[in-house]
Amino acid sequence: MHTPTVDWLALSPSVALLGASGVALLAAVIVPDWMRKSVAAGVVLIGFVLAAVLAGVVFDETPTPEVLLDGSMVRDQLAALTQVILAVTGAVVVLVSWAERRRENHGEYYALLAAAGAGMVFFVSAENLMTLFLGLEWFSLCLYILVALDTERATSLEAGLKYLIVGGFGSAVLLFGSAFVYGATGELGFAQIAAANPTDDVFLLAGLAMILAGLAFKVSAAPFHMWTPDVYQGAPTSVTTFMSAATKAAAMVVMLRVLATAFPDQSEIWRVAVAVLVCISLAWGNLAALAQRDVKRLLAYSSISHAGFMLMAIAADSERGAEALLYYLVPYSAMSVGAFAVVAARERELQRPVTLESLAGLGWERPFYGIAMWTFMLGMAGFPLTGGLFGKLFVFSAAYDSGEWWLVLFGVAATAVSLAYYLNVVRWMYMRTSGELRLAPAGGSPPPDYPLGVAVGAAVFVTVGSFFAAQPILDVATDAASSLPF
Amino acid sequence: MLTTALILLPIIGALVVAVAPLTRTTTAGLALLVALMEVGLWIVAASRFDFDEGGLQLGTSRDWVESLGISYSVGFYGFSLWLTGAAVIVSAAAIGYAMWVGRDRPRAYHALMLFLTGAIVATFAAQDLLLFYASFEAMLIPLYILVGVWGGARRQAATLAFVVYTMAGSLLMLAAVVAFGVTQGTFSLLESGTSDNVWIFLGFAVAFAIKAPLFPFHGWLPLAYREAPVEVAAVLSAVVSKTAIYGFLRIGLPKFPEPADDLSGVILVLAGAGLVYGSLLAFRAPDLRGVVAYSSMAQMGLITLGIFAFDDLGLDGAVLQSAAHGLISASMFLLVGMVEHRCGTGELASLGGMARGRPVLATVVMVAGMIALAVPGSATFAGEFLIMAGVYDQGWGYSVVVALGVVLAAMYTLRVISAILHVKPGSAVRDEALDLRPGELALVLPLLLVLLVLSAWPALVTQSSFPGNNAAQSIAEAFK
Repeated sequence: MHTPTVDWLALSPSVALLGASGVALLAAVIVPDWMRKSVAAGVVLIGFVLAAVLAGVVFDETPTPEVLLDGSMVRDQLAALTQVILAVTGAVVVLVSWAERRRENHGEYYALLAAAGAGMVFFVSAENLMTLFLGLEWFSLCLYILVALDTERATSLEAGLKYLIVGGFGSAVLLFGSAFVYGATGELGFAQIAAANPTDDVFLLAGLAMILAGLAFKVSAAPFHMWTPDVYQGAPTSVTTFMSAATKAAAMVVMLRVLATAFPDQSEIWRVAVAVLVCISLAWGNLAALAQRDVKRLLAYSSISHAGFMLMAIAADSERGAEALLYYLVPYSAMSVGAFAVVAARERELQRPVTLESLAGLGWERPFYGIAMWTFMLGMAGFPLTGGLFGKLFVFSAAYDSGEWWLVLFGVAATAVSLAYYLNVVRWMYMRTSGELRLAPAGGSPPPDYPLGVAVGAAVFVTVGSFFAAQPILDVATDAASSLPF
Repeated sequence: MLTTALILLPIIGALVVAVAPLTRTTTAGLALLVALMEVGLWIVAASRFDFDEGGLQLGTSRDWVESLGISYSVGFYGFSLWLTGAAVIVSAAAIGYAMWVGRDRPRAYHALMLFLTGAIVATFAAQDLLLFYASFEAMLIPLYILVGVWGGARRQAATLAFVVYTMAGSLLMLAAVVAFGVTQGTFSLLESGTSDNVWIFLGFAVAFAIKAPLFPFHGWLPLAYREAPVEVAAVLSAVVSKTAIYGFLRIGLPKFPEPADDLSGVILVLAGAGLVYGSLLAFRAPDLRGVVAYSSMAQMGLITLGIFAFDDLGLDGAVLQSAAHGLISASMFLLVGMVEHRCGTGELASLGGMARGRPVLATVVMVAGMIALAVPGSATFAGEFLIMAGVYDQGWGYSVVVALGVVLAAMYTLRVISAILHVKPGSAVRDEALDLRPGELALVLPLLLVLLVLSAWPALVTQSSFPGNNAAQSIAEAFK
């Protein structure tokens, strides 16, 4: 029997996280109750940091892409860079979760978080449709449970069920599409599908469309976004934090990889399809966000509109577009994690869901969180002094360069609309006072939450830092983008 | 280095003011000190500046995002140095005024004011389109909070209108910046060539027209100028509006010679319409701030006429008028604030008779008013006359419009002066309302003194705004 050689270094980020997950799960059983949370969280934090470091090593030692394990996985800088982003996000999410008041299931929570991270890390290095589906299901299953983990809250269970059904449907569509593509080409590997090159095959095109739709569910691009607001709102805030940044980053990169490596000859068709997704996501995400009162829901719609911006980079179908996407992911992940972390802080303080009203006076009462939230909101709106500006600029440049100037105009108009709700958050934080609305923290001020503060601080640092140090990040993104055949 | 220091000093000052645990007065005092140091630094920069030499001076350039051709490059030309000078002086006066009235939450307030100053200076110094865009946008961040938190009763409506208008313009400009930068392969204003794309020019022109504001893009102006804290309104009308002038002079004209020429007819007509319309609105406005606000809009129309005259006289006049209007508009707003502070209202109908027993106030208001209405011999008269002469070549009708604007300016300014100082004592004027205090005098007097210097010697600005005192040619050569 033929056994493929295993490149353990390439797999090491995944393995590190799986290991951490296993230890955390054991901790749930054998560590005494009073130190269970700290042990589980600590181990998983170490796991994420280790995974980030190992992915960094892989990035450094992989000048050219290598196919592993009989063509089922790939070791390249694109995957490694995304793994770094995912692992750092995961580590920050652990800090955000640290002080969450959860009655039980601490060990399971962190174990699932690490397992989901491992799945994503595996997912982004998929090189054939089988591993792609495997990775997708791996992290999705973990997320379904994580979303429903707060069993004492009805919304959490509801969100979990919704996510399970809609997500399951998305996966099924993806699988069905993969079957069509396999039927049309007889191949599973991305490069082999491209090489088989059966142009104008109806099954291939149907498969392409279904794979695109399946991945669009995961990046929560409209019109495949229906689950996003409910799940983001209902899930425990720390889980939302993880999903909004990590799931989106992983699925975006995989979408880019699949489209660019497996379907380069059909680019005329999928570029149009992606451009349509861009327009619907930008329009619907931004308009619906205007009507939201619940901050998590508002941020959910905002994340749909950001999916639109990132897809614009994919629609550009160029190396420049890939660079723009990878750059965009850095400030976006930071802003998204940071914004949900501030919401988590407010939620813990008030002990109830955070609406715009309950942000009133936050800017003056908690100056650090206020300024941080202000930074994230301005960053998402693309203001200067945050990486959000360069994210938008690079995406627009890539789209303009590919001749899609109308997408640029659409993006500009969408940004103008988005200002209304981003600035509305700032308005509630600074221009209303809690006295006027009689808000009082339930049970007095909460104890200082240093891990969360560190997480928010790190997010601010990345958001602002990616503005001033845009070139180093872009250099890394350029290296990573060169792994793709443009 | 000096230019960078000029940008960074207020921003670092802002950070220090924001976090330093000082008392109210010390915080404000520290902010004022930083603002005065900024003025000092500007004087140093001006003294090192060689006005006879062409090209960029005091420049620094470093790569920022190499792969797209974005750089941090800053520096000054004669005209931008003068605009910056007016900006730092006005900012210092505004911060001093805020200290005098003791704004609430002083750490946040003064930090934002200093940050605003830094963003304005960066806008005037920017030699890279993206840096320009970033600084142009960065001005909006503190302004949003300054108006929204410390403003008057209808501050939220005011901020909303202000932000919606300016961001609509800014985002059009972002699209234009992307299109121009990607086509040219560089965002540097020093390295890029010219473009004949009308749409890209329009993206910039509309953004500048909103920021100025020019007719018919002035919808945000009345609310914002009325509801903003008075010293913020001073900075808005005196300085922030001038970033649009800088944009026209540094980007609009040199980078888009053909589109600017093609559209000059439309822009001249709109600018002329804005001049007359703004003056009429100023004449009809029922309150002090309304008069100053609309007069500011009229003046921006006038300056735009000078720019699109495309000749030496008009351009020199536009720069002189920008500096002079900045100073006079700030003085007027601060005086308005002082009157409002005493009477609790700016309604002209309830004011009057304040000259009696308040000689200092009367004198200062009179002097400022005389300069504002461009009495012959004043710096504003010199500016208006240059613009009138410059725009004559584009059509004598424009000169008539400018002349009309001068007459209307006299009418609305005299109306305001008499409404404050003369006629019967108004219902809101109490006998015990004080004359100007020394502290207040110390804020307005420096502005007026600078204006008197410019009145005595307008050539200080006009002869040194453009290299070789050859404005039209420098613009045509894009300051190469």
